[in-house]
Amino acid sequence: MSSDIDVHIDTVPHAAATPDTQLPFAELGLKDDEYARIREILGRRPTSCELAMYSVMWSEHCSYKSSKKHLRQFGEKVPPQAKDILLVGIGENAGVVDVGQGFAVTFKAESHNHPSYVEPYQGAATGVGGIVRDILTMGARPVGVMDSLRFGPLDAPDTRRVLPGVVAGVGGYGNCLGLPNIGGEVVFDPTYLGNPLVNALSVGVMRIDGIKLATAPGPGNQVILFGARTGGDGIGGASVLASATFEAEGERKRPAVQVGDPFAEKVLIECCLEIFAEDLVAGIQDLGAAGLSCATSELASAGTGGMRVVLDTVPLRDPTLAPEEILMSESQERMCAVVEPAKVQRFMEICGKWDVTATVIGEVTDTHRLEIFWRDQLVVSVPPRTVAHEGPVYDRPIARPADLDALNADDANALARPSSGEELRETLLRLVGSANLADKSWITDQYDRYVLGNTVLAMPDDAGILRVDDSTDLGIALALDGNGRYARLDPYAGAQLALCEAYRNVAASGAQPMAVTDCLNFGSPEDPEVMWQFTEAIRGIADGCYTLGIPVTGGNVSFYNQTGSTPINPTPVIGVLGVIDDVNHRCSVGFKSDADEIYLLGVTRAEFGGSEWAHVVHDHLGGRPPRVDLEAERALAALLVEGAADGMWSAAHDISDGGLAQALVESVVRGGHGARISLPGRDPFVALFSESSARAIVTVTPSDVAAFEALAGAHGVEFVKLGAVEGSRLEVVGQFGVDVEELRAISAGVLSAVFD
Amino acid sequence: MTARIGVVTFPGSLDDRDALRAARAAGAEAVSLWHKDPSLHDVDAVVLPGGFSYGDYLRCGAISRFSPVMESIIAGARDGLPVLGICNGFQVLCEAHLLPGALTRNAHLHFRCKDQVLAIENTATIWTTGYSAGARAVIPVKNGEGRYVADEQTLDLLESQGRVVARYVEGNPNGSMRDIAGVANEAGNVVGLMPHPEHAIDSLTGPSSDGLPFFTSVLKALVAA
Repeated sequence: MSSDIDVHIDTVPHAAATPDTQLPFAELGLKDDEYARIREILGRRPTSCELAMYSVMWSEHCSYKSSKKHLRQFGEKVPPQAKDILLVGIGENAGVVDVGQGFAVTFKAESHNHPSYVEPYQGAATGVGGIVRDILTMGARPVGVMDSLRFGPLDAPDTRRVLPGVVAGVGGYGNCLGLPNIGGEVVFDPTYLGNPLVNALSVGVMRIDGIKLATAPGPGNQVILFGARTGGDGIGGASVLASATFEAEGERKRPAVQVGDPFAEKVLIECCLEIFAEDLVAGIQDLGAAGLSCATSELASAGTGGMRVVLDTVPLRDPTLAPEEILMSESQERMCAVVEPAKVQRFMEICGKWDVTATVIGEVTDTHRLEIFWRDQLVVSVPPRTVAHEGPVYDRPIARPADLDALNADDANALARPSSGEELRETLLRLVGSANLADKSWITDQYDRYVLGNTVLAMPDDAGILRVDDSTDLGIALALDGNGRYARLDPYAGAQLALCEAYRNVAASGAQPMAVTDCLNFGSPEDPEVMWQFTEAIRGIADGCYTLGIPVTGGNVSFYNQTGSTPINPTPVIGVLGVIDDVNHRCSVGFKSDADEIYLLGVTRAEFGGSEWAHVVHDHLGGRPPRVDLEAERALAALLVEGAADGMWSAAHDISDGGLAQALVESVVRGGHGARISLPGRDPFVALFSESSARAIVTVTPSDVAAFEALAGAHGVEFVKLGAVEGSRLEVVGQFGVDVEELRAISAGVLSAVFD
Repeated sequence: MTARIGVVTFPGSLDDRDALRAARAAGAEAVSLWHKDPSLHDVDAVVLPGGFSYGDYLRCGAISRFSPVMESIIAGARDGLPVLGICNGFQVLCEAHLLPGALTRNAHLHFRCKDQVLAIENTATIWTTGYSAGARAVIPVKNGEGRYVADEQTLDLLESQGRVVARYVEGNPNGSMRDIAGVANEAGNVVGLMPHPEHAIDSLTGPSSDGLPFFTSVLKALVAA
């Protein structure tokens, strides 16, 4: 080692010369064999900067090392319909779907569970910010967001800490970005008390020829970092490295959770869209998890294969950051673009117009190496693919949970049931006033659903619908659903039931389901029973999507959702995207006018395993979840979509949690009209509260009844007339009645009683 | 024969495209104005749109108020240029002292988005002649800092001069004093409104089309002039 080398910098030559220097790889989460593999790849020990990059990129979060083997099913079980609509599939920042008329839509869901538990506001806010940047990176204008939130019991003290912060964070970021929040779900269950789930979905629209990819082609092209300056947020791990490798500078306390600046992101979005419109980028990547480590290695490995970066040029918010920290920083609102030299000036002009900081930090090379310099010295020299794409892949052991047989044998049909009309009424009111079924306006009113002026349908309707552009009537629908209790009882069926519910919700809104994104929330992959749940859920989604003919376009895996050694109920959350040719034909859940006839579509069985009734009334989880019938779902959806296009439904509503009773309650409350119905079948309890899938209610004007019956027959969907829209009460003939206003008051009072 | 309605885009403006759409829907020629450009490009009226200009950092509207385009708008407004500030635009107008009072954090401390019933109380401003006196309009309100406050003397003056343009009815969404949703300057050419009429121009994408008269009113006056 020559004397002019700064001893504080662990350079590549220094690493080669000091093979025995110990690095804190274990503290960065790398296993012995993973570290050995890095040494083998490099033919020497890594520098501390290289170790920082490998450790974050080979983390579970970035490398999908436990899930990769199983996620391949989504690529293997691709339904034939995919080739007609899928423009970009799994592997890019988000999938892209051809929705017709020259428009492409990109959408994806992502989790931000752990940060939201530690710091609810910033965790949720940056979750929204991150998924929106993924959508932007594809070349699309982000046009909407949704959120799927899960908390502990409503009355738990920690829920009062976490929920208001998460909701304010989702709203604070999304509202300030000017993206309508068009729906989602909120679920309360003890399983999430120590590990809430915050899953955010974003959707964007572009012209088909505007798709951008994360790639860095062309030696000599410039690498430009733009957006916010790089600070010390989200680098807890790197601080370990810095303090262990360098002279002690005292303990560095860095926030582990990133801090969001939605204004910076809004400006960045507009700036990017102008840059895209002038076709100024050859490749682009956002900076999210693993920051610059991820962006540079992914861009380089997908492009010509090399990149040279001068780390000193990165604009910093904190000039004391060490190079390892700059590489690992997860500062938000940053993007990295690859730009041809001739286009750099124009690129910089647009950034200047929007007051966005932009800096050339390097260039594309053909060396097949990612080389990073710090103070004129080489601190990283790695084959980029080994960082970005060739991380470890594990085939983790799997084991069916030991308690599952006992759980499945504990049949919910054996629970005590209400029988008299008065008891049924009491049960209905208790469910209406329960946390999961109650009105969520306290939450959703904190989200702007109008901005951008294309929101045609939003919560509490079954799906959100956005007109893709005000030059057309073409629209897209989105629904986001999951059910951890069903998945606990049977992860294969539970994942399919989530898929079916989202699919049905989209169809009930009048849109044809087209494509799927997923957010898979599970416990530790090192627990064989969790791994079994995970593999079963993946298999369920892949099989279900194949049969329904809607491809999975992308998604996210979140492991280690557990408290101590107790995992959460497995919670695959499924987002389904649909297309509606004319948004004027969208269907709302609210009953519209007296005398409209109410029909129940589909078959009702006595299915209470994992039901809301069993949960609320008996605090029971056992038995089997409702039967999955994908063919019945397909037929029902086809009927719902065709009927909507014909203008046949004055209202349509999917039946899921809480059964027919809850669907009727939501339709009368939303529409402000009562209903008089007679229950089909012999058992009024089953008719009201069973959660059999592949069902919906629709209302039809009397003059359309014959046409409806013919259409339902043609689709092979069973139907039964329940009654008619009437008055201001929900009247169940021969059983009980309740004023709509009473239902509204009970439902609306639940969340506000806790949080106001 | 039509008129040109300009809509300013500040960094962080969000409902600018919606205001442009509403102006077009009313039949006007909609013109985008850029905050750094002092020229008003011969527009006949200006809308300051909703959003979070400059992230609402420091204080809502406090930074935008000093942008180059605002110097021209402030001068124009004093000469009678019709100006409508919606939500963040209302906040900018207060910061620019074109309107009295201020908009502070909602009394319940949350952002709230809801379909709000308004009573249109002053139908003489250039932005509200299309309404009949006392008309009810359902228009979305969506803000975190929409609580209108002013000292009692100012409020009394506004009331006595008929400058309360719109008032919340059937519930006050943010704790605004005297349920005030919008006010006008003395001449009636400058109006600030917390609810969003540009989101109520079509029942397909809004709760009603009750907001459209804000845009048709000014257009009618300009075309007739």
